[in-house]
Amino acid sequence: MNKINFLKPNKDNFYTYFYTGGFLFLLSFLDVFLNSFFKINITSFLPEFLSFMFPLIIGTIGLHLIRIEYSGLKNLDLLNKHINTNNFNAILTLLIIFIILKSTPQTMSWFILDATISGDSKEACTGSGACWTYIKIWFNRFMYGMYPNEFQWRINVSFIILIALAFVGYFSGEKLKKYLTFYYVIIYPIIAFIVIYYLISGGHFGLEWIETGAWGGISLTFIVSFFCLIFCFPIGMMLALGRRSELPTIKYISVGFIEFWRGVPLITVLFMSSVMFPMFLPQDFFLDKLVRVIIAISLFEAAYVAEVIRGGLQALPRGQYDAAKSLGMGYWKMHIFVILPQALKLVIPGIANTFLALVKDTPLIFVVGLLEIVGMLNLAKTNPKWLGFAMEGYVFAAIIFWIICYAMSKYSYNLELKYKTDR
Amino acid sequence: MNHRTRKFIPQIITLLFIILVFGFFTINAQLNMANRGIDFGYGFLTQESSFDVQFSLIDYDGSHSYARAYFVGLLNTLLVSFIGIIFSTIIGVIVGIARLSPNYLIEKTAAFYVEFFRNIPLLLQIFFWYFAALRALPLPEKTDAFFGVFFLTIKGLFVPAFIWNNLDIFLYSVIAAIISITVIRIYAKNLRENQGKHIPVFSISLAILIILPLLSFLFGGVSLNFEIPVLKQLAKTAFAYEGGVGIPPELIALTLALSLYTATFIAECVRAGIQGVSKGQKEAAASIGLTTNQILKLVIMPQALRIIIPPTTNQYLNLTKNSSLAAAIAYPDLVLVFAGTALMQTGKAIEIVSITMLTYLSISLSISVLMNWYNKKIAIKEK
Repeated sequence: MNKINFLKPNKDNFYTYFYTGGFLFLLSFLDVFLNSFFKINITSFLPEFLSFMFPLIIGTIGLHLIRIEYSGLKNLDLLNKHINTNNFNAILTLLIIFIILKSTPQTMSWFILDATISGDSKEACTGSGACWTYIKIWFNRFMYGMYPNEFQWRINVSFIILIALAFVGYFSGEKLKKYLTFYYVIIYPIIAFIVIYYLISGGHFGLEWIETGAWGGISLTFIVSFFCLIFCFPIGMMLALGRRSELPTIKYISVGFIEFWRGVPLITVLFMSSVMFPMFLPQDFFLDKLVRVIIAISLFEAAYVAEVIRGGLQALPRGQYDAAKSLGMGYWKMHIFVILPQALKLVIPGIANTFLALVKDTPLIFVVGLLEIVGMLNLAKTNPKWLGFAMEGYVFAAIIFWIICYAMSKYSYNLELKYKTDR
Repeated sequence: MNHRTRKFIPQIITLLFIILVFGFFTINAQLNMANRGIDFGYGFLTQESSFDVQFSLIDYDGSHSYARAYFVGLLNTLLVSFIGIIFSTIIGVIVGIARLSPNYLIEKTAAFYVEFFRNIPLLLQIFFWYFAALRALPLPEKTDAFFGVFFLTIKGLFVPAFIWNNLDIFLYSVIAAIISITVIRIYAKNLRENQGKHIPVFSISLAILIILPLLSFLFGGVSLNFEIPVLKQLAKTAFAYEGGVGIPPELIALTLALSLYTATFIAECVRAGIQGVSKGQKEAAASIGLTTNQILKLVIMPQALRIIIPPTTNQYLNLTKNSSLAAAIAYPDLVLVFAGTALMQTGKAIEIVSITMLTYLSISLSISVLMNWYNKKIAIKEK
């Protein structure tokens, strides 16, 4: 029996297994590390294929050897439990580690080590890495689009005003707390519209008028998302209530409306708003491109919001409706004070997802010729002085969008926890 | 005000409002079209289109009608949606299962993938693949072949084409195999339920599926040849591949972006579905002596699929609708061919936009009807 036991770890030969396995695992790690960071191949004496597979084979054997149950070493047990449960898992673990090791030097050199940020023309970028000079020179355009440079303070000022006004809720006294909903739902959007209309668009009080076609970049993304968010929520709520209504006309109109918008892609809706919608308006009546786009996206997203809210309404137990009715509440009183507060709380994640989808859909407005950041990138890409930097531009925009969307999803998660009540 | 009038007034007001809005739009549209000298009608569909489409599944050139251009676009949309659905399902299921892995690294990698691709706009991803990643590929004359037959170049992916002899006999043999497998499955089910006997259905099915088509090759006169793409020199510096099947870079970029993006959502559906099956189910199944495979096949999957399938179908629908972003990189889909080029040429805005929207709408509605039917079928029948 002793000879058979030699192949299995036990109390006596435990350290033999531990050190052999650990050594093999570290060796495989070292091989890939040296190979990717210093271009040294310590297994160059082997045939090419074997040399390539060497770390994987050695690492798998090593991990197999140190897979010892109840070793008594806390860290080893933790390691085995999390990354080394069986041979298949061990191979996947090794592959992931190796891929990270292999790609780190290349990514680092592209992003930082070989990248250029100095200079102000294409000729400054001689390194093999990214050319951040391109982003630096075009930064203003990516932020503000074609908005004239000397007037860009107007966008900044209006955004600062809007952000400051958005934080009113945090500083309001106890007495004013009950008016906050009214403030955010009705007063704030009106103020926002006035600020943007007079300050960014201009044309009054000696400010020069700047047409919406010149707006662009991230600021346009924010403006479009902001107004669509504000409009699509109340419309969606009314549609959700309409779909649950007992009155057949209202119910079927809501169903038809919701299913229509949910059934078509946003790009065709934008096409409609740009080529078909003007045909439906009186001839001398002109509606700005940006306004048409905001209406189109709001109606489109409202249908999705409606379906999410309907899910919340359906999830409420019938008892809530009955209790509210037995207190003598009418339809609107019942919904405003009893049903909607509970239903909306339930659907925070769904609404957050819809809003995220909205923000990610804003680049589509390129269809009607409005250039927010992705549109600006495509314009900059074709500039003869700056050919060949598509990658840097897209990476830059991806980082910005990722930060916005990730922050939104984290915020909605916090909101969900904050309003979570046990039933 | 009694109960009846209280119910009628809001309905009448809504209806009047809708009628007024529609009436206003119709009158304006008529006036506008009369002023601009446009006449309304679908007669243009039979006219000669006189524009070319660079990639089409059916025979098409400028001498065909607008209606045929519409079908070219529709088929291209369906093609990219179909490929996208297959790839996104494969990636999504793998990533979804990986997110539940006990292996810390695998779980984190899957989570990273989902968080990364989900939070970047799809349009940006399509542009990235098309304008940045695929433009970095080598020129046709400088490319290395994968396995000697696949050529990935800046002009697209070139793969060998299948050349069949007597394809119909081969198809008949496959159909025969499928029919006999179905018969065997029914027979095996009867046997199991009536007499409690097990026969290895899976091995038998696999054998039939391999042997019958093989017989058609040996005796039916079926043969399969590959036409490998060959590099041809067109001019001094212009090279191109001839023969084989060429997959345009637009299609590759679109498929990559659509499947990587949609897979993140499918992964979340799969994860939610598997987590939604309570642990007690698995333990109960194990305690009555089922094997791990049987537990997965007979207990976990039927319950998990009930949670997974409805939201996943929704994602398939989203993918189909998102494929309209193809217009941004000039892949000739329905929106680009019909709502783009055809609209430019004919100026029939109302007709063309409405046909395009109706097409997407009917795809969506037919899938939702199917889904509702399926949901009713698999819903838990409570006693």
